[in-house]
Amino acid sequence: MPRTLFDKIWDFHLVGQRSDGRDLIYIDRHVLHELHAHHAFTHMEKEHRAVHRPDLTFAVQDHTVATKPGRNDETNPSGTAFLKSMRDGTRRNGIRLFDIDDPEQGISHVVAPEVGMVLPGATHAVPDSHASTVGGVGALAFGCGASEMTHILVTQVMALKRPKRMRARLDGRLPAHVSAKDVALRLIAELGVAGARGHVVEYAGTAIGTMPIEQRMTLCNLNIEMGGRSGFVAPDDKTFAWLHGRPYAPKDAMWDRALEYWRTLVTDPEAEFDREVTLDCSALEPQITWGTDPSQVVGISGRVPEPNAIDPSRRAAAESAFAYMGLQPGTPLNGLPINRVFIGSCTNSRLPDLEVAAAVVRGRRVAEGVAAMVVPGSTSVKREAETAGLDRVFRDAGFFWGESGCSMCAGGNGDRGAPGERCVSTTNRNFENRQGPKVRTHLASPATAAASAIAGRITDVRQLISGAA
Amino acid sequence: MQAFSKHTAIAAPLLKDDVNTDQIAPVLHSRGLKEDYKAMLFYRARRREDGSEEPDFVLNKPQFRNAGILVTGNNFGAGSSRETAVWSMLANNIRVIIAKSFADIYRENCLQNGLLPIVLEPGVADAFAARVIAVDGAAPFTVDLVSQRISGPRGADVAFEIAAADRTRLLEGLDDIGLTLKHMNEIVSWEQRAAAAQPWLQSAKDSR
Repeated sequence: MPRTLFDKIWDFHLVGQRSDGRDLIYIDRHVLHELHAHHAFTHMEKEHRAVHRPDLTFAVQDHTVATKPGRNDETNPSGTAFLKSMRDGTRRNGIRLFDIDDPEQGISHVVAPEVGMVLPGATHAVPDSHASTVGGVGALAFGCGASEMTHILVTQVMALKRPKRMRARLDGRLPAHVSAKDVALRLIAELGVAGARGHVVEYAGTAIGTMPIEQRMTLCNLNIEMGGRSGFVAPDDKTFAWLHGRPYAPKDAMWDRALEYWRTLVTDPEAEFDREVTLDCSALEPQITWGTDPSQVVGISGRVPEPNAIDPSRRAAAESAFAYMGLQPGTPLNGLPINRVFIGSCTNSRLPDLEVAAAVVRGRRVAEGVAAMVVPGSTSVKREAETAGLDRVFRDAGFFWGESGCSMCAGGNGDRGAPGERCVSTTNRNFENRQGPKVRTHLASPATAAASAIAGRITDVRQLISGAA
Repeated sequence: MQAFSKHTAIAAPLLKDDVNTDQIAPVLHSRGLKEDYKAMLFYRARRREDGSEEPDFVLNKPQFRNAGILVTGNNFGAGSSRETAVWSMLANNIRVIIAKSFADIYRENCLQNGLLPIVLEPGVADAFAARVIAVDGAAPFTVDLVSQRISGPRGADVAFEIAAADRTRLLEGLDDIGLTLKHMNEIVSWEQRAAAAQPWLQSAKDSR
């Protein structure tokens, strides 16, 4: 029977079925972060249970780490206890920790593929909803809570109900200055914040083929913002070339053998999905959110929608978003004055994201009154960016250049905006108060964020580049 | 895990869609390993800017202060995987959430903690919400997981569906890890098979 790639990965990892009907799915790589690790270690040890496969378990300090140069455990006082507990817990349990001063520390979703730890056709779990970022290399990843994380530590499996399958076919060539972030925001706008609930999404289509791996990761990262259980892109030659030579990836003869297997990781032509959606990307313009959930999106030339143009079931939420965002229906997004720009997070903090932003910033200055910061997704990304001189480009323009971590995505490390500030952010959630109490977040691509920092207002990067802004 | 069979409590209406985990259990500026989950629940919605109580928020209204059942809309618990969004409910003795739908991870986190997530069909959900509003906290509702019924003032019992396995797990308060540990032999033999079929999966070493 023809099978989707999801079915192939699921079936391979199926250990057995539990008495309650749940499938036990083996987790090849489990990555912890400090926010939830404390609870899991404490709970596990109280029950006198041990980590089954410490050698397949990794840990990263990312949510609470400060981004200030010269940071240490105490720089963000509300993170200190989490960092220390993680350090102690991983030491007790023999788990490799990418600690705050590790040369490869960073956001777990950036670090894991970067070191070649997650691989095509592998399963992956993180106690974080953006786990499926690594779907960009063809891995099947699940976000989970702290209790499920404890379960994985002890058993190396997740007890799951088999999700449904969706294929999102993204076709057409992406126009200049339009990226995976814009594609994902458009898709979330079309499907809604619960549009993929219960589904694992395979992203396919001609637009995917031309997308670099980092952009595929951005796309898969945002899968949860439309409620998807997981999301991935089938691996191809680009994926294999990207992974080759990374420290945790297989080597030599083992690489050849893995490669032979990875080439079978495709959805069979006749395989059926529970749902199929399509999006033509060829006429897409840069996208930006106007509201307080990631589906409240317009093109950069668009306006805040009129209530009567909004589905009645979504109108109350829109009215509440207008009030929170301080926006009137009909207001054009392009030109809206801003106070803050954040470039970073597991969504958009990999080297190519920073290169795109730097290309916009180069030779320009951040507008007066705008606080702009760049936080690389990993210490490796930071190092590579510095080798390429990107830090100079950002610093010369007036950006803060930080140490790696989750930073202003959820503000768990103290990086936050001030009440009432309007912020263009390359992150994944524009929820109320997320980037600080009363902060108004507009989600956009690195190019749009960079252009907006320069102009001091929400800006169409294409106009800035052509001199029309 | 605390078992769940029957819960009698005031039902509070929070009739919004897409209530997210940042609203339910926000990440607060100062935090520690031992957090006050009771205070965390809807921390911002419960407070005005000056820190005083927001009287209009449903759980602050006198008749809903001790609510133990929350009635809400679509996609409840969207957003992050933080389990504090469930623990903060339990810390406030809210042991049932009745919604039109739940975000996947949130629902899993509920099941891990003995919080009963009930999904009602949209028409049934709307009718029940109207009833909860009409009752206005004057009398409690009873949610019975054994009979799968919600009973209370101003109307007939409402039946609800839940997967048999989830129901058993809640009724018996089963230890999820314990259930899986019974399959340890299968896990170990899977590892042996995988080590032969895809050896690179069973080894994660830094080759430098």
